[in-house]
Amino acid sequence: MIPELGNFSLILACCLASLMAIIPMAGAVNNNQLWMSLARPLSSGIWVFMLLSFACLAYAFLNDDFSVNYVANNSNSLLPTRYKFTGVWGGHEGSLLLWVLILASWSYAVSLFSRNLPLDILARVLSVMGIITSGFLMFMLLTSNPFERSLLNTPVDGRDLNPLLQDFGLIVHPPFLYMGYVGFSVAFAFAIAALLSGRLDAAWARWTRPWTNAAWAFLSVGIALGSWWAYYELGWGGWWFWDPTENVAFMPWLVGTALIHSLAVTEKRGVFKSWTVLLAIAAFSLSLLGAFIVRSGVLTSVHAFAVDPARGMVLLALMLLVIGSSLFLYALRAPVVKSTTSYTLTSREVMLLINNIILVVSTAAVLLGTIYPLLHEAVYGEANRVSIGPPYFNIIFLPLMGLLALVLGVGSFSRWKNTSIAYLKQQLLKVFVASVALGIIIPLIGTGGFNLGAVTAMILSLWIVLSIIKDMINKTANKSTRWKGLKALSLSYYGMQMAHLGMAVIILGVCLTTQYSVERDVRLMPGESEIIGRYEFVFEGVTAEQGPNYEADRATVTVMKNGENYLSLRPEKRFYFATRALQTEAAIDVGLFRDLFTALGDERGDGSWVIRIHLKPFVFWIWMGAFLMAFGGVVAITDKRYRIKKVIVSKPETVNVNETGKLAGEVS
Amino acid sequence: MNQRMKLFIPGVFFILMLGLLLFGLGRNPNQVPSALVDRPLPQFNLPDLNQDMGSMSSSDLQGSISIINFWATWCPPCHIEHPYLVEISERESDVRFIGVNYKDDLAEARLFLKEKGSPFEQVIIDLDGSLGIDFGVAGAPETFIVDSFGTIRYRHVGIINHQIWADTFEPIIARLK
Repeated sequence: MIPELGNFSLILACCLASLMAIIPMAGAVNNNQLWMSLARPLSSGIWVFMLLSFACLAYAFLNDDFSVNYVANNSNSLLPTRYKFTGVWGGHEGSLLLWVLILASWSYAVSLFSRNLPLDILARVLSVMGIITSGFLMFMLLTSNPFERSLLNTPVDGRDLNPLLQDFGLIVHPPFLYMGYVGFSVAFAFAIAALLSGRLDAAWARWTRPWTNAAWAFLSVGIALGSWWAYYELGWGGWWFWDPTENVAFMPWLVGTALIHSLAVTEKRGVFKSWTVLLAIAAFSLSLLGAFIVRSGVLTSVHAFAVDPARGMVLLALMLLVIGSSLFLYALRAPVVKSTTSYTLTSREVMLLINNIILVVSTAAVLLGTIYPLLHEAVYGEANRVSIGPPYFNIIFLPLMGLLALVLGVGSFSRWKNTSIAYLKQQLLKVFVASVALGIIIPLIGTGGFNLGAVTAMILSLWIVLSIIKDMINKTANKSTRWKGLKALSLSYYGMQMAHLGMAVIILGVCLTTQYSVERDVRLMPGESEIIGRYEFVFEGVTAEQGPNYEADRATVTVMKNGENYLSLRPEKRFYFATRALQTEAAIDVGLFRDLFTALGDERGDGSWVIRIHLKPFVFWIWMGAFLMAFGGVVAITDKRYRIKKVIVSKPETVNVNETGKLAGEVS
Repeated sequence: MNQRMKLFIPGVFFILMLGLLLFGLGRNPNQVPSALVDRPLPQFNLPDLNQDMGSMSSSDLQGSISIINFWATWCPPCHIEHPYLVEISERESDVRFIGVNYKDDLAEARLFLKEKGSPFEQVIIDLDGSLGIDFGVAGAPETFIVDSFGTIRYRHVGIINHQIWADTFEPIIARLK
């Protein structure tokens, strides 16, 4: 009964979404206030039914209702309760349900937080969201219904959730990732609404910015969590593989980063409008591409769902409809008028343009690397297939990011319209000298040796950090005290600098970990030990442990630091009953400056065990940097200029004439 | 070019991309018909991962049904596939399991097998991927079924698990016997 209720809610949500796709849009075209005002109640209705549907699936999971096929395929009666809940999004159908629930939540959030939006814009935005929502709901109902049941041959027990997914990382990773992916639909909807209404102005950019920041912040956290999960759950200490599934999450992030910067120019200076709209469309298009690649199985990948060409066809049709029509609209309606605003080569406009070019080129490189196997096969035939490995991505991507870091430092000092070269030189010379000098000295003192990778990373990071500090000193110089000066700076400024600092932290984390990690796989008898640097790892032995749905060998590794007892690590090797799969559970001591990573291998005939011991300096900084970026994005949203203005509430019948309406018509 | 026409470029790019994806959809990435199917093995003579074992050549594969698995430690799906392969190889005693270590770090590869157990009777090294090119390998993991006359009978792209083994490999192997 409950699964049928879930299915019914899904159908109702689909009906309401179809209505939201049509009625408010028709109202905006015909200037019908009543039709337009239906957008808000419809979006809340969709949200409620999606939530109900999600709750029904969760109920089926928690009560071991194996008559539901999806539950039978992704759960087991022995599965711990928390994983039964997260199993809801452990497979294709359920994760799609989460996807649409999040899409509905974003629509609902737009309707809640956009009281100051002109009604016709809100109606168009929510209609576009309605089109996407109804499209995905139809896709789900037609090809991937999570509530399908087998009432006649109900399995006695479920096949269990993939052991790789029975982990805290998976509880939080997909929701954050989808919040990011799907969040770009809001920027997309705003772009389409602006193209349709012809009001592609500063107000449009200002409305779009907080939504873009929010989606981007979620996506940053989502990607970081995915990488962290791979690091400790896959058990061999890697944290980024350029796997197609990672790439399709990374591409919207790169374009989203470009969009954030380009929106700043469009809001402040009214230029790059067509470019900004294109980026907004591209960010969401890449999210849809990601959904397609992961769910259709065109590329093999570690997280890919079951292959089903029918699903791929429907998704492709959906992409054609949503992206194709929006790019057509873009070609017809985007402004081509050359803007009259002038700026010079050293202006902030141009710095941000360079930022955009680097980010878009990076995206193109990642896209090419991801689909190249397909492209090559299409041109040369099936017999000549190729694979693209990490070396390709590293060779292209790392220099581009180095360049981006360099431009970042210059960019913070540049001014709108024009910056004199003499001023830039005066501001940056000291920063440059200091970062080069410290960048060489610090690794030398820290390790006693010269390492080109570490020095480059250090110089780039210091370049970013010192230019942030210098910029803050400049900006607070005119106040009576520094503290007053710091308080006078806007939250969006702090957000920006936090995100930039995050980039410096990531650069350090990535490079230092790559350069200085010590990785050893050793064979130890109980009582034997291995020394790495100041740490001595003593292997105490292995005990058999019984888990709820698995049995495990658990090793105890005592770590001694400077000859004293420091801590104990307990890596495990688990055997899951239902899936008959082996799974390594690494034991990691996370530290600010180093991670101690241990994983348990096989027992050898003589009673010794293979143990993988890694000392990974600064690896935590990779994720710390990503979180710093995300936090910066959130701080920027709280800036008061994005807050809902207290507009004197006019009666609903009167035509809304607030100031944003007057800015319209700038564009043909 | 007309300014307005330039704005159509993203759309054209998208349509091309869509065409490519449509093409990609037309083929199942896990069951790729290879030009090599029903042809003899490419000739090779490559060193063994275990230095004591010398080398192995294509003629050594005649006389029994073999499974040739391309793998590498840098390939995440290979890590997932590995425990299944170990179990399957223990069960299937009359099939030879040959590993091809594909464009990998050899020390890493040795440690990987030492730590996780080896499903392979022998592992040969394809350091520069040239054997991969001869086999038309797109990436790791890929698995080929070779009959006792040294003819390639089937190509599988992507991981192997119990289900895929039972549904796809077992019937083919049974037929070859």
